[in-house]
Amino acid sequence: MIINHPILGPRDAAEFTYLGDVSLLNRPDWQAIDAAEQFYEYQYLRENPAGEHRELWYHEQGDRSWLVVTRNTLTHAISKVEMASDAARARGNGK
Amino acid sequence: MHFSGFKVIKEALMGHKGWGPQWRNPEPKPHYDIIIIGGGGHGLATAYYLAKEFGQKNIAVLEKGWIGGGNVGRNTTIIRSNYLLDGNEPFYEFSLKLWEGLEQDFNYNAMVSQRGILNLIHSDAQRDAFIRRGNAMILNGADAEYLTADQIRAENPFLNFDDARFPIKGGLAQRRGGTVRHDAVAWGYARGADQRGVDIIQNCEVTGLRIENGVCKGVETSRGFIGANKVGSCVAGSSSRIMAHANIRLPIESHVLQAFVSEGLKPVIPGVITFGAGHFYVSQSDKGGLVFGGDIDGYNTYAQRGNLPTVEDVCESGMAIMPMIGRARLLRMWGGVMDMSMDGSPIIDKTHIDGLYFNGGWCYGGFKATPASGWCYAHLLAKDEPHEVATAYRLDRFRRGYMIDEKGVGAQPNLH
Repeated sequence: MIINHPILGPRDAAEFTYLGDVSLLNRPDWQAIDAAEQFYEYQYLRENPAGEHRELWYHEQGDRSWLVVTRNTLTHAISKVEMASDAARARGNGK
Repeated sequence: MHFSGFKVIKEALMGHKGWGPQWRNPEPKPHYDIIIIGGGGHGLATAYYLAKEFGQKNIAVLEKGWIGGGNVGRNTTIIRSNYLLDGNEPFYEFSLKLWEGLEQDFNYNAMVSQRGILNLIHSDAQRDAFIRRGNAMILNGADAEYLTADQIRAENPFLNFDDARFPIKGGLAQRRGGTVRHDAVAWGYARGADQRGVDIIQNCEVTGLRIENGVCKGVETSRGFIGANKVGSCVAGSSSRIMAHANIRLPIESHVLQAFVSEGLKPVIPGVITFGAGHFYVSQSDKGGLVFGGDIDGYNTYAQRGNLPTVEDVCESGMAIMPMIGRARLLRMWGGVMDMSMDGSPIIDKTHIDGLYFNGGWCYGGFKATPASGWCYAHLLAKDEPHEVATAYRLDRFRRGYMIDEKGVGAQPNLH
């Protein structure tokens, strides 16, 4: 697979390490009443879709940036690559 | 039809006209007591033991393609029970004992070959860890044997003992481990289940679960609705897709594992050998091909194929312990989709929906578990309580903090 890095251009996926579903950006509020339940769902449960999947890749052997890659889990075709910081800001995560 | 030496001789004299199909191809009935979704090794084993050991009569196995076309036909055929943790080891030892009696039990030649498995040790710390694991195995009634480098050299002179980076310092052997003809496991269970009245319905894809007031009433399929008192999902690799019909999110990601076969060679490898410093396991099939594999690719996928960096990594690991395989050519490679669970251990449990049961999360160690998985799932489906060796495989263990993390890497499925 080739990941088209927004800054560095097309890079081999072997330069990256894979973390998982982009939902891992949505860290729950630790002060919420049901924080334990929220963290259980955040940490352990996954949609695991067959089809389009937004996921976190870390460019470990490159510029050490986190990317949000939109990839089809049935075909491995990558349709979109964003900087994770941009994706997080778009979700209102602040940084 | 019972297989025996006498039957083979008789058929040879009669022109082989007496062999019939091994299982029927029935139309689905409108209602069953128990429906198993998934005609793979685990699903067929479940149906077989439900009929044979638990006295259930009205059972169907639904398979979207053909039986045994998924992971039971895609693995590296290794059986073993060399686990460390209490939640796992009794289960896998139960499985190994079932393997030992399997062929006589279901009257089918599954080519169970206890040629032994050897886990190589490359450092002092690893020796400590492996001896601890061997002791845990022995405490749970399994067999384990620590071998020195000289003992290993006598049995496997072709290994790369004096490698500068990963010298072989010893090994943990389980002599009762080995290999099995994987397709024959599916066929043997299918035949045995069919003989006991189980309907094996192929080309029947489950497209939905009918759930009314918190009770599962049956399954919607490509061949219409089929009612059931109990529905058991047994589709490791695609578990999330089936359980999504019940709006259940699982502690599972689907990943691809690749496996490889070399061209046929004369006998060179006596048993199963695993590399302790990378991830590589190899055995030699009875046809002569070296059957080997390594790590999963490491990203979510439902495609039954992987990518080349993993191929390179697996082959490098093979070269590291067995330089001679560099002269063999790779004949075939393929991928299978794995349920990678959050702690690396499987799940056999009821769900919060009455009548809906779940078996999955086998990571890439499901083949060796086939008999015990089937037996324990059958026990759960028939009696509504877990078998004693599968009590730890609860679906809610992640919420309650009772993970069974054999490798100790946490909730990161691609590292298990």
